[in-house]
Amino acid sequence: MATFADTPKANFRLGMLIYDTRYRSVTIQIVVLFLFMAGAAWLLNNLFTNLAERGKDLSFSFLWYRAGYDINQTLIPYTNDDTHFRAMLVGLVNTLLVAFLGCVAATIIGVVVGVLRLSSNWLVARLMTIYVEIFRNVPVLLWILVTFAIFTEVTPQPRDFKVTDQMIAEGQEPAASMLLFDSVAITNRGTFIPKIVYSRSLGEIHLGFLPISIDTLLVLASIVFGVLVFRAIGNNATKVQEATGVRPVTWWKRLLALFGPLLIVLVALGFSLQRPTLGGFNFTGGVLVLNSFMALWIGLTLYTAAFIAEIVRAGILAISKGQTEAAYALGLRPGRTMNLVILPQALRVIIPPLISQYLNLTKNSSLAIAVSYMDLRGTLGGITLNQTGRELECMLLMMLIYLVLSLLISSGMNVYNNAVRLKER
Amino acid sequence: MKKSVFLGTLAATALLAGYASAATLDDVKARGELNCGVNTGLVGFAAPDANGNWQGFDVAICKAVAAAVLGDATKIKYVPTTSETRFTALASGEIDVLARNTTWTFSRDTDLAFTFTGVNYYDGQGFMVKKDLGVTSAKELDGATVCIQTGTTTELNLADFFKVNNMSYQPVAIQTNAEGEQQFLAGACDAYTTDASGLAATRAAFASPDDYIILPEIISKEPLGPLVRQGDDQWADINRWVLNALVAAEEYGVTSANVEELSKGTDNPEINRMLGNEGDLGAMIGLDKDWAKRAVSASGNYGEIFAATIGESTPIGLARGLNAQWTQGGLLYSPPFR
Repeated sequence: MATFADTPKANFRLGMLIYDTRYRSVTIQIVVLFLFMAGAAWLLNNLFTNLAERGKDLSFSFLWYRAGYDINQTLIPYTNDDTHFRAMLVGLVNTLLVAFLGCVAATIIGVVVGVLRLSSNWLVARLMTIYVEIFRNVPVLLWILVTFAIFTEVTPQPRDFKVTDQMIAEGQEPAASMLLFDSVAITNRGTFIPKIVYSRSLGEIHLGFLPISIDTLLVLASIVFGVLVFRAIGNNATKVQEATGVRPVTWWKRLLALFGPLLIVLVALGFSLQRPTLGGFNFTGGVLVLNSFMALWIGLTLYTAAFIAEIVRAGILAISKGQTEAAYALGLRPGRTMNLVILPQALRVIIPPLISQYLNLTKNSSLAIAVSYMDLRGTLGGITLNQTGRELECMLLMMLIYLVLSLLISSGMNVYNNAVRLKER
Repeated sequence: MKKSVFLGTLAATALLAGYASAATLDDVKARGELNCGVNTGLVGFAAPDANGNWQGFDVAICKAVAAAVLGDATKIKYVPTTSETRFTALASGEIDVLARNTTWTFSRDTDLAFTFTGVNYYDGQGFMVKKDLGVTSAKELDGATVCIQTGTTTELNLADFFKVNNMSYQPVAIQTNAEGEQQFLAGACDAYTTDASGLAATRAAFASPDDYIILPEIISKEPLGPLVRQGDDQWADINRWVLNALVAAEEYGVTSANVEELSKGTDNPEINRMLGNEGDLGAMIGLDKDWAKRAVSASGNYGEIFAATIGESTPIGLARGLNAQWTQGGLLYSPPFR
């Protein structure tokens, strides 16, 4: 008797878009999307209207005008006759240099401090804790400024190195002297170090804007070659040892393999070191490592290393104690346990937060302006912006470059992360 | 969260840009206060005194404008700007007038869309060095490290000067005069370069000014003057004629002491027109009759301002030189008040 009525056909009503949970979330998302787009369009419209009203246009042609200013650290050739675009590249290279060296140094210090903080040696562990807490809790800008102040206030001026005839006659010593057989001069403008020169240079290849020295390439190639041969000899010796039980004497072969090719290349190129010498106001010859660069590099490194140390400590603590105990049971010494068992596993936990530290360091390098280091912010976002008055264009370009830079670092580190992550079989 | 912050920032930027387009005179009157962009601290030109009151040659321009427009030379909000931030501050409407030893150049007048309202100081770029360096000419500076304020015309002049003379140098880019002073005194640079007037002012503030010398070479023309945004002609006119009134007042012998008496009428029709006793020049620029009288009584005429802030009797000790009246062989020359 019971008749089952058909389930009522779902007649779609407009109200269901809000009251029916099946549609509600989609409705809300669409509405928000439209509001967001409308907002963005309004802001962009506002921007262009205001620009037009003030008689300004959005144009990047200024990048091809003559820059007209000088930069004190140029890793790629640059004179004030070059364009603003090239000045931007000089700044970008300076940013990359300090970011790269900063990441490398921060990683090394961070890993060492992170491991030592877990040391069973009470004093070492506490000292590392103090380091981490001091550097982590003070703004990085202050560290950069403090380092810069130390470099400029404590070190002597170039003129203090001067030796006059009168001083020799009176038997006076100059106020400051050079280190390492008169080859390194630490001054309040920077550290002058010897420069590598080749008397039989092979010249350069020009790769677009970047000239690459063939000499440097050859030297690098000979070092790589030497290391490869060095390892091949070692592997070969291990094979012989496994087959016969006797390890052949290879140390002199290995040393020869390591340094032989390099020496031959250096002699062939006529290698020599050019010492900085005091002439006029400053030292001439040699390479000048600017104090602003050192301050920025050391400041960023020590600050970021404190964070990396904590990441490393967290990564190590995440590995169960059983792993250490198992390694000890197999007879591994503590050092090898750390290197062979704990750290490789800890890396999986360490890498993801490490990526953001690298990104932070790279972006923090724009604090260079505080110590007059000419990075991207100093050239494109500083002098070029001021001299051309193209604030919007320069800022947009700078944001784009930092974005691309960060994405590149991030994707590079993700590749590495995939390589070391737990392989589930 | 991120999105909303981003939107908020964009909206703020857009609003700020929209704000700039209204008539400046009405804005200033409605606000009851003049926003005047000045140097972050250059003794003699613009620096706070011991009581925190801004004093100086550029500050006097602000005071004269505020007195002419608002009738009160104290109703000013001083906005300290660095050489880097000054143009953005003016373009965005944060300040109404920029009186900050700024060089009048072609591109700033045209491409940056500003209007210079005159020249209040004819200057040129010079160099300062420690005396015991033994340098007597800028041409001996080959290889020197030079401190330079970034974002200035001096930065480009410096590059040109060393290039033309086939010399090399190491630039150290600094943000403010205070930073330059500190770096220079610490010996981080051999020479400090900026406008010669700025050098004199900086040197005067040193503990032992006699240990430093300003080299004789002047390597550029630096006409310094106040500027406003382009497109508001009335506001530009007001600023231009306030400055002209200060210059003309000196020429005609109108001082802060006698301006009250002279405004009652003299036998010189030019003074009468300027001070509102005859005709109504004020109405032509949207002000009342007494505008010029108030401008002059704020801190005196051009000569009085010069003598009180940077003149030879002050520690800065600048001579009038090019900045004397045209009748005295200088370049100061106000168009007629007619």
